Amino acid sequence: MTTASVSLPAPGPLLTRGAFSGVLVALLVVCAVAPALNLLVPEGSVFHLSDYMVGLLGKIMCYAICALAMDLIWGYTGILSLGHGLFFALGGYVMGMYLMRQIGRDGNYQSDLPDFMVFLDWKELPWHWALSDSFIATLLLVVLVPGLVAFVFGYFAFRSRIKGVYFSIITQALTFAALLLFFRNETGMGGNNGFTDFKRILGMPIATQGMRMTLFVITGLTLLAFYVFARWLVASKFGRVLQAVRDAESRVMFCGYNPLPYKLTIWTISAVMCGIAGALYVPQVGIINPGEMSTAASIEIAVWTAVGGRATLVGPIVGAFLVNGAKSWLTVTFPEFWLYFLGALFIAVTLWMPQGVLGLVNQLKKRVQR
Amino acid sequence: MTPDLMEAGAERFEKARALAETGRTESGGRAAGYSRLNVPGQVDTTHGRILYLEDVHVSFDGFKAINGLNLDIAPGELRCIIGPNGAGKTTMMDIITGKTRPDSGTVFFGSTIDLLRYREPEIAALGIGRKFQKPTVFEQLSVFENLELALATDKRVRHSMVFQLNGPEKDRLAEVLTTIHLADSATRLAGTLSHGQKQWLEIGMLLMQNPRLLLLDEPVAGMTDEETARTAELFLSLKGKHSLMVVEHDMSFIRAISEKVTVLCDGSVLAEGTLDEVQADERVIEVYLGR
Repeated sequence: MTTASVSLPAPGPLLTRGAFSGVLVALLVVCAVAPALNLLVPEGSVFHLSDYMVGLLGKIMCYAICALAMDLIWGYTGILSLGHGLFFALGGYVMGMYLMRQIGRDGNYQSDLPDFMVFLDWKELPWHWALSDSFIATLLLVVLVPGLVAFVFGYFAFRSRIKGVYFSIITQALTFAALLLFFRNETGMGGNNGFTDFKRILGMPIATQGMRMTLFVITGLTLLAFYVFARWLVASKFGRVLQAVRDAESRVMFCGYNPLPYKLTIWTISAVMCGIAGALYVPQVGIINPGEMSTAASIEIAVWTAVGGRATLVGPIVGAFLVNGAKSWLTVTFPEFWLYFLGALFIAVTLWMPQGVLGLVNQLKKRVQR
Repeated sequence: MTPDLMEAGAERFEKARALAETGRTESGGRAAGYSRLNVPGQVDTTHGRILYLEDVHVSFDGFKAINGLNLDIAPGELRCIIGPNGAGKTTMMDIITGKTRPDSGTVFFGSTIDLLRYREPEIAALGIGRKFQKPTVFEQLSVFENLELALATDKRVRHSMVFQLNGPEKDRLAEVLTTIHLADSATRLAGTLSHGQKQWLEIGMLLMQNPRLLLLDEPVAGMTDEETARTAELFLSLKGKHSLMVVEHDMSFIRAISEKVTVLCDGSVLAEGTLDEVQADERVIEVYLGR
């Protein structure tokens, strides 16, 4: 048999030229343009980027990491998680514990213990605060805690072949259970007030402009690194197996793949990404409380991903910026309409833009080319 | 024991093992039924059977889908299975591929592998490929990527992250693409193929797995006459290298490919023989036409 006549498609580059220049531009904006506009341009100027805007952009970049993580598990693997708010909150809480310990004796009660513990009349730190004074341990736990929770939960859920809407519901239930747990004062996580009033990070004051810029740049670089990592994942054969699981899981099994480790790997990676996003979010926003584990918070992550366009990687990042940009504008201008707008947006996207904003752009591009 | 004796013994053992690996034995190629080395995961067909089902029973909520089924298939055989709706043809494939557990009975792949002890991916890795009744391909992936995923290789996560096609694998892919007449559509999304082409792609995915036994559930459903003829040609060329079990309703297709036909009815074998023989069988005529 002659096989020379058959031309096999060559594997595509990791990043297309468009995506590559996009990453470069984003890198430049995050590392140079935004800090320069904030620090160097005088306050009265039109080009001045206010501290509020920097904070908002930093926050949205954390959300964008979540949306990217959601895209890996939902867009590519077809598993809709309504529990990503939990992983985000876990990462945030781990970082929050460290920041609480950094307050030292500068709290309201001038005690070594965090204020809420003094208020509860506790005499010493509970066991799960043991590692919270070490920054290195905190960095490790930011990865390990959400990772382990996701791994154990995912192992049992996927092994029992729980799929589709049932999986979404139990992730939601898990998150809600965690919400109730963190609301309790006895949990030792600050109850419904959570952690706030942070003063220092690594011994340096946290509220200075320099520190804000540093956190902003770190967040931006993390987002970019995760984007390139996710791009590498989905471009590998691993990514194609994930899409195959989404399209026809039984066929994947009859091809000799065990879907369990594949689902478990991407599920854990996705949870860890969310945890890291949460850890970056807390020092910038200055507060973490159980609200991050509310039903709406997890659903919002799915909304950003759907609005941007599933299984595109870039789409969810764009979606996070669009929806949150609209949110911060609308909640100021028409505070009572935000939730209606969010609901209408979700319905509109589901009905008319199943491919999201990015799908719309691609359709327009095709129409123009014709 | 002297060192000489030990050495001689080791030598003889080595020789016997080398012969066993090449399939020849000291008894002049006659495969004896004893003292062969049992290599785990290798299909042992020296008894002339690649698939062996005995007295298999399955019931779903009291409905006996499979009721005392006995069936065996020889290596390289092309067996056609026919039977009215609800005869248990698909359930039988579900049992062989590990999707359904029988209530009782034995299912062996070769003479050493008890299929009831394995799960779907493991059974696929052992060398049993299955085509579903409704063509199932990965619609959002290209034809090429569909075949690439089916390729027989290490299927673990770690390996999949760094996987690159090597030369012989590329050749194999190109060969299968030509065999299934989709060489011009390698970059097309599988979801955009016609129904018949999807069937072909799925058969191609089975071939990429290099299976010993292929289970094909209605492979020519929805194909044009020309495609059906090509499929018949393909199956005849596979016969001998692979064992095939084909479930089909299209009698002209079966006439084109069959040597031996098994008629299933109510979960057990009703008749077995050439197509002409079973078509002349009065019981078969009764289940198909009468009642």
